[in-house]
Amino acid sequence: MTIEELEQIAKNVKQENEKYDYEINVCMDLACASQGADKLKDALVKAAEAGAKKVLVRRTGCMGPCSHGPLVRVDPEERLYRRVNASHAEAIVKSLGGAPVPELQCDLDEHFDKQVRVVLENAGYIDPEKIDDYIARDGYKALLTVLTEMTPNGVVHRITESGLRGRGGGGYPTGLKWSTVAKAAGDVKYVVCNGDEGDPGAFMDRSVMEGDPHRVIEGMAIAAYAVGATKGFIYVRAEYPVAVSRLTTALREARRHALLGNNICNTPFNFDVEIRLGAGAFVCGEETALIASIEGRRGTPKPRPPYPASSGLWGKPTLINNVETYANIAPIVRNGGKWFFNMGSERSKGTKVFALTGKIANTGLVEVPMGIKLREIIEEIGGGVPAGHTFKAVQTGGPSGGCIPADMLDVGVSYDALLKMGSIMGSGGMIVMDDTSCMVNVARFFIEFCMTESCGKCIPCRAGTAQMFTLLTRICDGTGTMDDLALLEDLCSTVKETSLCGLGQTAPNPVLSTLKYFRNEYIEHIVHKLCPAGVCNMEAAVEVVA
Amino acid sequence: MHVSGCANQGGIVPVIAPPPLPSEDKRWKIVNGTMRKNGFARHALIETLHTVQSSFGYLDDDSIRFVALSLHVPLSQAYGVATFYHYFTLKPPGKHTVTVCAGTACYIKGADKLIAAAEKRLCIKQGQTTPDGQVSLMVARCVGACSRAPVALCDGEVVGEVTQEQILEQLERWTAA
Repeated sequence: MTIEELEQIAKNVKQENEKYDYEINVCMDLACASQGADKLKDALVKAAEAGAKKVLVRRTGCMGPCSHGPLVRVDPEERLYRRVNASHAEAIVKSLGGAPVPELQCDLDEHFDKQVRVVLENAGYIDPEKIDDYIARDGYKALLTVLTEMTPNGVVHRITESGLRGRGGGGYPTGLKWSTVAKAAGDVKYVVCNGDEGDPGAFMDRSVMEGDPHRVIEGMAIAAYAVGATKGFIYVRAEYPVAVSRLTTALREARRHALLGNNICNTPFNFDVEIRLGAGAFVCGEETALIASIEGRRGTPKPRPPYPASSGLWGKPTLINNVETYANIAPIVRNGGKWFFNMGSERSKGTKVFALTGKIANTGLVEVPMGIKLREIIEEIGGGVPAGHTFKAVQTGGPSGGCIPADMLDVGVSYDALLKMGSIMGSGGMIVMDDTSCMVNVARFFIEFCMTESCGKCIPCRAGTAQMFTLLTRICDGTGTMDDLALLEDLCSTVKETSLCGLGQTAPNPVLSTLKYFRNEYIEHIVHKLCPAGVCNMEAAVEVVA
Repeated sequence: MHVSGCANQGGIVPVIAPPPLPSEDKRWKIVNGTMRKNGFARHALIETLHTVQSSFGYLDDDSIRFVALSLHVPLSQAYGVATFYHYFTLKPPGKHTVTVCAGTACYIKGADKLIAAAEKRLCIKQGQTTPDGQVSLMVARCVGACSRAPVALCDGEVVGEVTQEQILEQLERWTAA
C-alpha cells in the first residue's frame, strides 16, 4: 500500500458516496443495539429501497448521547433523531428533503457545542467493519506519512512536542515513555495496547475499539515504528466480545491491505498485532500484571523498577499505552504536535473522553478539551441532575478515584487539579450522584471492589482492604463507633503508602475523599444511627439499641 | 518417548508430544486447535482456557489437566490461573443465566436491589445455580453499557434500564418452562 493507493481508495469511497442523495447513519453501539437498533437498520434499508431517493444506510459506532438512543443521524443535513424504532423507518425516509420528523427531533445543541472531537472524530461517521470508510476519513495516512517521510526519532519528537499524557489514568508523558523504549537496548521490542477497561462505570475504550478499531491499530503501528518494535498485542477484556470481533475484523482487513505485515508501504518496516483476551481481573490494568497475563500467568504485579520500558514482555523492552492514548496518535501526526499542544490546559493537553453516567439527563460518551470546568460537563453537556433531586457528588477515576462535591465543580478538569481534589483523572469514568446516594455506602462499594480484585500478593492491599471493608460495613450497619472511624483513617494511610502497585496505593481514595468532603455523613451513621440518603439498612443498630 | 522440535517462545526447545484428547468429543479438537495455533507455547494457557470455557461452558479437572499437560505448564500454575481470573468458572452453568451488572453506574441506580430480588426468587446466592440446573444467577463487574444502567444480561442479551419486575418475569418464564 502506498500513499497514492490510499488516496485512490479514499477517492473511490467518496465517489461511491456521492451517488447517494442522503446518508442515514444508525448508531449500533451497545446501548442503542440493546434497544433494537439492528431491527431499525433493517427497516431503514427496506424503506430506503422502496423509496425513490438514493439513500445509503450505514451502521456506525457510538454517537454519544446514549440515553436518547436508539440514535439516527441523517446527512447531509446532520439531523439527529432520538428514540427511533423500526416503526419510524418509513417516516424518516419520506421526510428526506423535506421537514424533519417532529416527534423524533433531538435538540442537543448544548450537549454538542462544548465538545471537541479528536478521539471520537469518526464515531457516528464510519462503519467500524469497513476499512475503506476509515481510509476515506484520512485513516492510515499518518502511518504511511511516518513510514515514508519521518525518522523514528522525529515521530517521538512530535509526540513529545504535543504534550500528550497517558490516558489510562496515570498521566505519564507519552513522548517520554516512547523515547525511553526507543533508546532501550535490544533487537526485540513489543508494543502493547491496554484495552483492559476494568474500571466499572467506564466504557470509552470499548466504544473506541468497537466504533473505530483501525484508529487504535494505526496508533500502535506508528508507535512500533517510533520505538523499533515489530510485534504488538492488544489486551482486551473478554467481557467485550463485540470489541474483540471488531478488532479481529480490523486486523484482518489491515493485513489484506498490506497495512500490517512485512515491508509495509515498501519500507523495511514489519509489524503485526495479536489480540489477547483478559479474563476478568481489574489488577491486569496495572502494566506489570498485564504483562504477566499476556505471558499466560496469574496477573500479579511486580515491583518497579525495572519498568516495562526496559524489561517488559518476556524480559524485552515494552511500550504499554492505553486505547485512548493510541487513538490520539494518528491525529497528532497528521495535524502536528503544536496543534494538539494548543488544546487543553497548561499541563494537560488535548481532549479527554469521559463516560458520563449515573444520575444525569444525558448519559453517554463526551469528549471535551482539558481544562473545561466540571460544572460545564455536568450541567451543560450532561444536562444536569434530573428534576426532583439535587446534585451531591461526581465520582471520577473509578475505584482508584474519589468523589468531588458540588462546591468544587468550578475547577477545570486536568490531571493535576483532580489529584489535588483527592481524585484522579483515571481512564474517564464520570459518575454523577444525587441526594439518593449515601457516600459511606459508595465508599464501601469501592472498597469491596478493591478487596475482591486485590491479587493478594502484598499484605497491605490484601488484608488492609478487607479490614477497611469490615469497618465500613459496621458503619453502614449503624454498629460502627468513632474508634472505628479513627482506625479506618489510619488504615487508609497504611494501605496507600505501603502497597505494591497502583491498585492498593489508590484503593483508599474513595474513602479518603468521602471522609474529606462528606465527613458529616459518616458521623450521622455512627452517632445518630442515621443514613441521610436512606440507603443503608440500620435495623441491626436499632435492635442493639432496643 | 515421542520428541519433536517446536518453536516455543525463547527458541527451539525439545517438546514431548501432547497427550491424547480426553475423549471423542469434537470440542477437544477446537481446544487443541487453539494450542496448535499458538505453537503449544506456555503463554497460550489463558487463550486455551478461554476456548475450553467457550466450548464446554466451564473448566473442570479433566480439561485443566489436559491443557496443562499439553502446554507443559505445571498443574498448580494452570489451576492457579483458572481460579485467579473471575471470568473462568469451575462449575457448570445453568440452562439459563441472568447476569446483573454491578458496575458503579448500575450500583448507583440500584443494582443491589435487583440482585437481592433475584436471590430471593431463586432461593440461591449470587454465583450459584438452582438445584435443578435451570438458572444461574451471576453478577458482572461492568459490562460497559453504563449509559443504560441498571443493566442485566439475560442469556447474554443486554437489557438496559431493567426493573425488578422485568427480571422476575424473565425468571418466571425460565423456571416455568
